Parts: sequence; C-alpha cells; structure tokens
Amino acid sequence: MSLRVLVGCKRVIDYAVKIRVRPDKLGVVTDGVKHSMNPFDEIAIEEAVRLKEKKIAKEVIAVSCGPTQAQETIRTALAMGADRGIHVEIPAKEMEKLEPLHVSKILAKLAEQEQAELVIVGKQAIDDDSNATAQMTAALLDWPQATFASKLEKTDGELEVTREVDGGLETIKVKLPAVVSSDLRLNEPRYATLPNIMKAKKKKIAKMKPKDLGVDLASHLEVVEVVDPPTREAGIKVEDVDTLVTKLKDAGRI
Amino acid sequence: MTFSRMVRQAYSHPAWRQLCFRPMYPGVRQQQTAASLGDVAGMQISPLTVLSPEEEMMKDAVAKFASEQIAPLVSKMDGEGCIDEKVLKGMFENGFMGVEVGEEYGGCGSTFFISNLVIEELAKVDASISVTCDIQNTLINTLLINLGTQDQKNKYLPKLATEYTGSFCLSEVESGSDAFSMKTTAKRDGNNYIINGSKMWISSAPLSGIFLVMANAEPTAGYKGITCFLVDAGTPGLSIGKKEDKLGLRASSTCVVHFDNVVVPEENILGKFGHGYKYAIGMLNEGRIGIGAQMVGLAQGCLDATIPYLLQRKQFGRTIFDFQAMQHAVANLATEIEAARLLVYNAARLKEAGQPFIKQGAMAKLYSSEVATRVTSKCIELMGGVGFTKDYPIEKFYRDCKIGTIYEGTSHIQLNTIAKLIGQEYSS
Repeated sequence: MSLRVLVGCKRVIDYAVKIRVRPDKLGVVTDGVKHSMNPFDEIAIEEAVRLKEKKIAKEVIAVSCGPTQAQETIRTALAMGADRGIHVEIPAKEMEKLEPLHVSKILAKLAEQEQAELVIVGKQAIDDDSNATAQMTAALLDWPQATFASKLEKTDGELEVTREVDGGLETIKVKLPAVVSSDLRLNEPRYATLPNIMKAKKKKIAKMKPKDLGVDLASHLEVVEVVDPPTREAGIKVEDVDTLVTKLKDAGRI
Repeated sequence: MTFSRMVRQAYSHPAWRQLCFRPMYPGVRQQQTAASLGDVAGMQISPLTVLSPEEEMMKDAVAKFASEQIAPLVSKMDGEGCIDEKVLKGMFENGFMGVEVGEEYGGCGSTFFISNLVIEELAKVDASISVTCDIQNTLINTLLINLGTQDQKNKYLPKLATEYTGSFCLSEVESGSDAFSMKTTAKRDGNNYIINGSKMWISSAPLSGIFLVMANAEPTAGYKGITCFLVDAGTPGLSIGKKEDKLGLRASSTCVVHFDNVVVPEENILGKFGHGYKYAIGMLNEGRIGIGAQMVGLAQGCLDATIPYLLQRKQFGRTIFDFQAMQHAVANLATEIEAARLLVYNAARLKEAGQPFIKQGAMAKLYSSEVATRVTSKCIELMGGVGFTKDYPIEKFYRDCKIGTIYEGTSHIQLNTIAKLIGQEYSS
C-alpha cells in the first residue's frame, strides 16, 4: 500500500523573534513581524517527504489555514518536497480566533476528500502551544492516533511509532489510516534549497474556504487577556539557611 | 575627503545649481526615462526593497542556513584560515553556488538580483563565505553562461553548480588596476596554446576545479591580444603558490597561481580570441554590484551584532543605548547602510532589466564599501573595549571589510569610471 499523506503546516511568528504583547492585551503584535513555518510542522513535512523517498508514500499534500501569506508556508513545504498544497483561506482578522477544533475539522474533512491514509501534524504550534489538533483530528475521523512521535516505521498496514514519554520511550502500533503528531527528535528537517524553491513555483496550490468544506468557524473560546510573563527579579545571596527561611517567609513564598 | 563631503560640496557648487535649472540637463534624463519605460514595459514599479515572494523565500533560506550552519563556525574558520568542508558542501547542496546556472545543469535558473541577495545574506554572517559565493556566481558562472560553447557549458556548469569553485585569474604582480599590462602569455603551438606566467590574488585557488585565465595570446596587438582560457585544475604546469597571510577574509584562500608551460587545447578559449579584455571589464562591471551586496550585508551584520549589546550594557545606571549620542550614532549608521543597500539593489535591478548600469554599479560598490568601513569602525567604538576583542564578531567585520575598497576595482577606479560616464553624459 502506498500512502497519500496529508500534512498540516501552520504559519507562525518566527521562533527567533522577540514577542511583543499588543497594547489592547488581546494578542501579540504580528504586523511587520517575521513569520515562518511552525518548526514541529517542518518536522512533519520532512517525515512525510522521507516516507515518499522510501516509496512508502505516493503523494504528500501540504495544508495550511490562514491569510494569503499562508501560501508562503505552503511554498516552503513544496520546496522541501511536498507534491502539492491546499490553502484554506482565512482572513487575518478571523485567524486570531481560529481554534484547534476548527483546524481539526478542516484537516479531517480534507483527509476524507483527498482519501489520505495518514495525517501528520506538528505536536503543537509554537505560537499558541495548544497541542490539540492531532488528537482532535483523530477523534473526528475516528482514526487511531500516535502523538509525540520520535520514530516512525511502517509495517504491514500498521505504523510502529516510538513516543517520548516521561519514563523513557514507548513503542506503539497503530493501524492505518492514522493521525501522527511529530515531536522534536523525529528527524532533522532539510533546508529548502534554492533549486527546489524554483521547482516549487511550478507545483499547484489549491485554494478553498472553510465553508467549502462545511466547517463553521464559530468561536468556542474567548481570549480574556494576554500579558507579558513577569520580569524576573534579581536574586540575592544569603549567609545561611536561617536567613533564607526568614527571607522566604517575609516574601510570602513559604 | 569623505564621499558624503564630496557630495555636499558638489551640491553646493554654483554650477550644480545652475545645471538643475538648465532645460538641457532634464532633457538628457527624460530621454533615459522614456527609454526605460519602453524597455521595462509591463514591469510593475515597486519600492526597491520590496522583494517578490520568490526573492523573499530564497533570502530566508540563505539566512537560515547561514545562521544555523555557518555562524557557529565563523570564528574557527577565521582562525584556521580555511572554509569548513561541511559549510562548502552545504553551499553547493543548497544551490548557493549556481544561482543563475540553468536547471538543466543542476543550478537554480534564478536571477542576478537573487545572486546579490544570497551574497548579502551570507555576508551578514561571514564575508569570507560570501566572497566565495560572489565570485562563483557573478564572475565564473556568468562568464561561462554568457560565453561558453555548448561543450564548455556541459562540461563545467554542472560541476560549478554542485561540486567545485572556479577561480578568476586576472591580476599579476605588476598588473593590478592596470589590468591590461599583464605579462602572462599564451603562445600558439599547433592546435594548442602554451600558457606562461603567474597570477596573483587568486581567490579559492586551492579549492577550484577550473581557472579562468586571462593571458595575452598576441602581445604585438597589445591588450587586444588578451584572451580568456579555461584551464582545469591538475593540468601539468599549473601550480598553486603561497597563500597570502591577510588582514581579513582569512577563511577565503588567496594564492599566487603559476602557469609553467601549461598546454591547453584551442577549444578551451572562452569566447572570442583577443576579446579577453572586454570580458574582464564587462564581468567586473557586474561583479562589483556583488561586492556592493557583500559590503551591505557585512555592514548590516556588524550593526546587528552591535545593537543588542548596546541595549544590554549598563553604565551610569542605564543602558548605553539610552544615551542620545549612541542613538544618533546608530541612526546614522543604519541610514548609511540603507542608502548603500538602495544603490546596490537599484544597480542589480537595472542590470536585470537590461538597462545601462555601469555607473550605478560603480557607485554602489564605491559607496557600500566605504559605508562598511565606517560602520564597522564605529561599531567597535560603540561596543567599547569588548568590541576590540575576539570575544565579539565586530573586530572580524572590521578586518573583513577593508578589502571592499580594494578588490574588483579600487575606490579610485570606481571614481574614474563614474567620472568618465558623467563626462560622456555632458559632452555628447
């Protein structure tokens, strides 16, 4: 069996950018800020492309939900080796309110439409850290899920997935079709090389809207407030344990 | 006299003011504008620094590789005086060495402008890596793409795009800015030529698989005997001499290359017999835009490495960036870099649009190399004592930039070129 793999890739603020909270405290500043593909999604794309190189997958489809610029993320995925892209257009304003459940519904619908046998997404996006899309997509499709994959191997009709858990490594088997979420050590994603960026220009990106997929974007969550993490105060040195305990008590920490 | 002072003086000169109101002068410009509009019809006019999605992607790809793969090794490569093998391999694998080489030869089939973006991004991290990429793209590959026979292209372009560097051999001990006074000769012998002489300042010589050698094949014809030969590395008689012990760009090897009765077949002539001088000048006209891009990247990289320190270092109870003197210094440097970048981008875009660009290219190289000199020097001062140490990259930027006002035409030669073209504009 040769798989068709659907990979979700989200456009997020670049990991190297210093995040600033918006004055209205309802989000972070995104205008004029460098964005790139969510690093965990890069790992997901890389894994899918490797499956294709090993002839386990026949086609890799990169999906991104977002404003026009999400196409840049898809182009990166195409330059890394994905075969075609699907851009689910969501205006910037609505994007702020997009929830993992919405994305999961979109991915589940697309997996059915495209007859994908494997969905790979990053374990979480580095902007909202939700860590929910893979799980909810699997639930909606009623497919098995293998989250936080650090190694992935295909056996007959099954995937053997190694997961990094607190106690060490856990190996599980899931029947295909399945949903996998990639952890940091699954692989080291390749660079989009300049010749591949040129070649990616010729690859197709289909455009659609959530309503074309019958997905309603009604909000279930409301952002109450976004604030900077408290600035860390400088520490002090104390002479002995007694002083330490006294100081901590004074500070109301114990 | 600094360039900015020169400009100020020129502007305040009464003759200049007079010219501004002379109907003749705008006439010259109108003519040019009309021609440009005709030639670039259909091209959307947009701000110079607005990049197309493709340009943006490629720039990001280079920046990513540079920060992840090159940056950790910069200091080691500078100390050891050679490029790390993995870095060089990565440069080929990622397509940085064949930006304009066609896809059919394993290159990217991309544009001159993108070559410059690649050079700029690399220079932000390491000018030695940047110059290696610059020479390959703007001189070696371009010469072969423009002048090579099909056989020559088939033989060399795939390797230049994916495997080895090429070296451009023009300067000699007694022939620098006065390039045409070269002593290297190529004597005809049946269907072969025998090359004798020594070339100086040859970048990447120990790594190169091919040498583009300018030699005089008909000394009686003067500079019109200068011909470009393709000489494979390992050809008997070709030897790489001593490596220069340089102030900067230390990771990029610069050597003397000797040619001692080197026999090359006639089919290794690149382009036309006796046209070498034209090619050398022509290529350097483009090449110096690349040097401009390198200098802009270097200056930007230096400033980028300086500002975080200014924001963090505290004196007199506040960060040193809080002092207005520091702020104004940074603002001035950033403005100069921006001006240099606009000159470089415009020259590159002109070249790509098939417009005359020689004057603008020379201006871009002249100005950006001098800006790099000022920026790196000032950044050391802003950093204070640590800027003077090797714990921070600033001193390396300072050393690396000095070559900018020298190679691919010194600042004086750029001024000559610019002045000559201005003279022509007014005397027709």
